[in-house]
Amino acid sequence: MAAETQFEQPIQRLRTRLDELRGYPDSPAKRREVQKLEQKLGRLSREIYGNLSPWQKTLVARHPARPFTLDYVRLLLRDFVELHGDRAFSDDPAIVAGFGFLGERPVAVIGHQKGRDTKEKIRRNFGMPRPEGYRKALRVLKLAEKFGRPVLTFIDTPGAYPGLDSEERGVSEAIARNLYEMARLRTPIVATVTGEGGSGGALGIGVADAVLMLEHSVYSVISPEGCAAILWKDQARAREAAEAMRITAADCKALGVIDVVIPEPAGGAHADPVAAIDAVGKAIGAALARLDALPVDALLAARYEKFRAMGIWEGASAGR
Amino acid sequence: MWFRKDKTPREPRDPKTSASLGEGLFRKCEACRETLYAKEVERNRQVCPKCGFHFRLSADERVRLLLDDDSAVHLFGDVRPGDPLKFKDSKRYRDRLREYEGKAGRPDAVVAAEGTIEGMPVVLAVLDYAFMGGSMGSVVGEVLTRSAERAVTRKSPLVIVTASGGARMQEGILSLMQMAKVSAALARLGEARLPFVCILTDPTTGGVTASFAMQGDVTLAEPKALIGFAGPRVIEQTIRQTLPEGFQRSEFLLEHGFVDAVVPRPQLKQTLATVLRLLAP
Repeated sequence: MAAETQFEQPIQRLRTRLDELRGYPDSPAKRREVQKLEQKLGRLSREIYGNLSPWQKTLVARHPARPFTLDYVRLLLRDFVELHGDRAFSDDPAIVAGFGFLGERPVAVIGHQKGRDTKEKIRRNFGMPRPEGYRKALRVLKLAEKFGRPVLTFIDTPGAYPGLDSEERGVSEAIARNLYEMARLRTPIVATVTGEGGSGGALGIGVADAVLMLEHSVYSVISPEGCAAILWKDQARAREAAEAMRITAADCKALGVIDVVIPEPAGGAHADPVAAIDAVGKAIGAALARLDALPVDALLAARYEKFRAMGIWEGASAGR
Repeated sequence: MWFRKDKTPREPRDPKTSASLGEGLFRKCEACRETLYAKEVERNRQVCPKCGFHFRLSADERVRLLLDDDSAVHLFGDVRPGDPLKFKDSKRYRDRLREYEGKAGRPDAVVAAEGTIEGMPVVLAVLDYAFMGGSMGSVVGEVLTRSAERAVTRKSPLVIVTASGGARMQEGILSLMQMAKVSAALARLGEARLPFVCILTDPTTGGVTASFAMQGDVTLAEPKALIGFAGPRVIEQTIRQTLPEGFQRSEFLLEHGFVDAVVPRPQLKQTLATVLRLLAP
């Protein structure tokens, strides 16, 4: 990880020095020095994180200390009840789903879940869902529709799992069905890209009335490594692929694919997870308030038009 | 010496190009290696008369195969690709598009038409694998969406024939969003209670499989077509073992419950017509 996030090293060094300094006995000189270093750290973080390249953002989006779905659930929801299983084959720990209270309001939550330590990473399959994950998601989407609860989804996956069993049980069908059903689900959906928005595996829980994206997260049709392997026959050229594909939150906003970019704390969401989660919570609250104003038929019409308008082409009837 | 070599030795034959050496009169089957009369293959709808291997069909041949003679009216041909990302790999995307357009005679990887199948009006859209691997960018998404919307206004069934490597990388995230866009249009078609039949042909993978290819009311597949989400190479890298014979082929999907029938090309039109008669309003 250290080699991958080299651009963070000046920040890390400063943090280490600060921690050392804080261990010394108190004195006016120490306090002055601590204050100076803290200011410097803030400046440096803002400078480095204000100028991340698309590839650096990809690494930040994959940072193991970045908040994951269950971190958002813990801080934003009360009385969360997790629901398990697709009622057909098994439970997929790479997607978590359930209901909880957002303030006073019961909501459904669906999100990809990665692990932090090795054991948990393996259990969560690195956040790569199998068909069961998408089918569990669909089950909870339908419950939300049935009981009139809005749905919040959290997107953070390298992609759906490209394995033998995944194919055998129809991962494409599972994703395809979610796209179809989410397009017409009669309840508001707010999706937030919190980390890696990896291809169809991300979109499989990403069709929504409002799509939000954290500042340093990425959303792409294929991973930069995958794109480089296909177009340049060389995975090592992922950096170039990341530039070429325009995968950052600002790019996605400019291309009309997402609605809101949520700013991250200086130094990224992993530097201050509580502040990042709080910012996401506020953005979701604002989006829900906007959607609440719409009767459900108007909501569905707007959702259709939103995705209908995506894409850029030329011709006599461009823009329809 | 009574024998002297006075000709330069012949280049060894490349098995890939040798199939096309006799192009015109003869053709070699990619599966059984038999030498075939090109005319006979053509008459047999590009199916090997010896072993039943299905050669890939061009989009135009597919339209001719499925729609009644002279019934096809082409639609949405004016939708042309842009270059929203100013994408460049070894070549500029714009130049690549121009080259393909020169070869294919159409601006992108889809053909849409209105016509009849055994007298029944339908909207038909066919992906063209010969055009950038049938990949789906903004144009394919827009044309398929319009096709579904057209079917709703005409109250006619929709038939889509897939042949695609998936979403088009050169249009980035916009290509991914076409999956959602087309799905939404198909959901509307479904709510209008109009049938959508999807015909999967070799190959159908990636974002196309993970969206409309798997949303048909009825799903037909041509024999031995590769149909999957991830490509076989990606899966082999993931699981670090070679895949079993027949994995991700039409018959495998039939066995696992993801297609309704595997239909050889000579029976395809008739089967499709029957399905439509059974479901259409």
